Amino acid sequence: MRESSFAPSRILIYLVVLLIAAAWLAPLAVVVLNSLRSNEEIAQGSMIGWPQHWAWSNYLTAWSGFCVAETCAGIRPYMLNSALITIPATIFSTLLGAIAGYAVSLWRFRGDTWIYGIVTLGLFLPQQMRLLPWTIVLRDIGLINTLAGLVLIHTIQGLSFTTLFCRNYYVAIPHELIRAARIDGAGFFRIFWRIILPLSGPILVVTVIWQFTHIWNEFLYGVTFTSGQQQPVTAALIALSAAVADIPQHGVQSAAVIIAALPTLLIYLLGGKYFVRGLTAGAVK
Amino acid sequence: MTNAVSIRPDRPALPEWVRRLPEYLMIWVPLLLSAAHLVSFSLWTIWISFTPSTLVPVSGWVGLRNYSAVAASRNWQIAFDNLLLFGSSFVLLSLVTGLALAILLDQRIRGENVLRSIFLYPLAVSFVVTGTVWSWLLNPGLGIQKLVHDLGWTSFKFDWLIDRDMAIWTIVIAAIWQSSGFAMALFLAGLRSVDADIIKAAQIDGAGPVRIYRRIILPSLWPITITVVVIQLQFAISTFDLVRALTNGGPGIATQLPALVVYDLMFQRSLLGRGAAAAVLMLLILLAVLLPYAAWRYIQRRRAAHA
Repeated sequence: MRESSFAPSRILIYLVVLLIAAAWLAPLAVVVLNSLRSNEEIAQGSMIGWPQHWAWSNYLTAWSGFCVAETCAGIRPYMLNSALITIPATIFSTLLGAIAGYAVSLWRFRGDTWIYGIVTLGLFLPQQMRLLPWTIVLRDIGLINTLAGLVLIHTIQGLSFTTLFCRNYYVAIPHELIRAARIDGAGFFRIFWRIILPLSGPILVVTVIWQFTHIWNEFLYGVTFTSGQQQPVTAALIALSAAVADIPQHGVQSAAVIIAALPTLLIYLLGGKYFVRGLTAGAVK
Repeated sequence: MTNAVSIRPDRPALPEWVRRLPEYLMIWVPLLLSAAHLVSFSLWTIWISFTPSTLVPVSGWVGLRNYSAVAASRNWQIAFDNLLLFGSSFVLLSLVTGLALAILLDQRIRGENVLRSIFLYPLAVSFVVTGTVWSWLLNPGLGIQKLVHDLGWTSFKFDWLIDRDMAIWTIVIAAIWQSSGFAMALFLAGLRSVDADIIKAAQIDGAGPVRIYRRIILPSLWPITITVVVIQLQFAISTFDLVRALTNGGPGIATQLPALVVYDLMFQRSLLGRGAAAAVLMLLILLAVLLPYAAWRYIQRRRAAHA
């Protein structure tokens, strides 16, 4: 709203913004640098410092070497667990959410506003209200301490978000389009496949990014419903810091943290615009 | 059988509802599962909170005994006080930080996209990672204090992480770092949607930028402010991972929060009835925030519809 010039006030603005940005980047920089310092080097100084010898081996140890409890397989099995939970749950919840969003916004059926209203309550209901029932249900259907159990949970719970995202996007599609297709004899699936899906590109990207980030980063369900070798990487990171509490290995731990954070950070870097759109869409519930 | 066919000979062999069964299943099964689990799980937890369940859920009725036991426990009292302090200071500070960042970025500065990405990237990272990293930075023997000592200023003290009275502020710091960007993103969208003509008119009338902000732009942001406050409060009430990774509730129980109490009661002490009661108390705290918000939204909408 002002003409850009090099008045002192503008220099001050740049100075303040860059200072805050540096503060925001500092934690990441510290961890990246630490992941390249040897455990001994960190033990001698502080965790904030420049690597004297680039200890790339930290990443190898973090990936496949260090021990949590009795198993010494590094972070790799837990990364795999997280991937095996996150990818199917993201796909299922997005697809089902798209169909549900289309059904409540364009197809319409008796009771649609009611059921949609209840489903969106899931955005607010604290996880703690569902912990005990999920424990009992998972045990009864034999899915406690399995990756499939977490896929099920994240799919069903994710529906609240995915249905909301897709429904809010689809209400903008003109109803005449659907009506005309129905008169031509197109059914529910045909309309979804031929008309809705081709229009859904942006919202599916937003939904997939949102779901992937949230499920990958989720901790409470992971730590409650799985143990040992079945845990997702967030729970394994906590177990790791507890396991090495006596003899800290901060270099290796930093590398593990970077590896664990990498998938969602990469998705953020590649799809930042869609990530932000998901944030604001979730906010204006 | 033959009758049905002969009455409507032009119909396909399969009745309508069978033909449309896949469609009904696809519409109803996911939505019903989602809705049913939300309703039944909530009622289930509420029911358990009134039973004498300990290791396993049992039937029986103890009235409000679990609630009074939770409310009387030191653990919950500290958690509740912490929530008030953490919730109010975190929400206020992230609001101020977010608004300041949004206003700064709104000054037509170069590299706005890069800067925005920098302020938002913590949101892509898990609370476990955030908590772990900040637990290193704030650890007096490892992080900032150690660095300053190594640089020669040995009397420097920054040991909130192990200070009972100050430890809760380490969670505030990490939470602000993690989610101020969110407030910034919403405020920035709000700043950009202020009517440019009004601003131009004010400029023609000779109003300076400070005056324009104070009189025109900031007042138009208050609906966004309320949304941000509610969402951040919702986050504060359910905070679990961040504390687990940063302080694990300590030192002692100094940084206990309701979500940690629930987990502790349910899965570490196997007091399911009390755990469920604590979860319901969390829900009530949340409702105390959300219901007024919902009422406000409803009134706003009715006003908009009448105008």
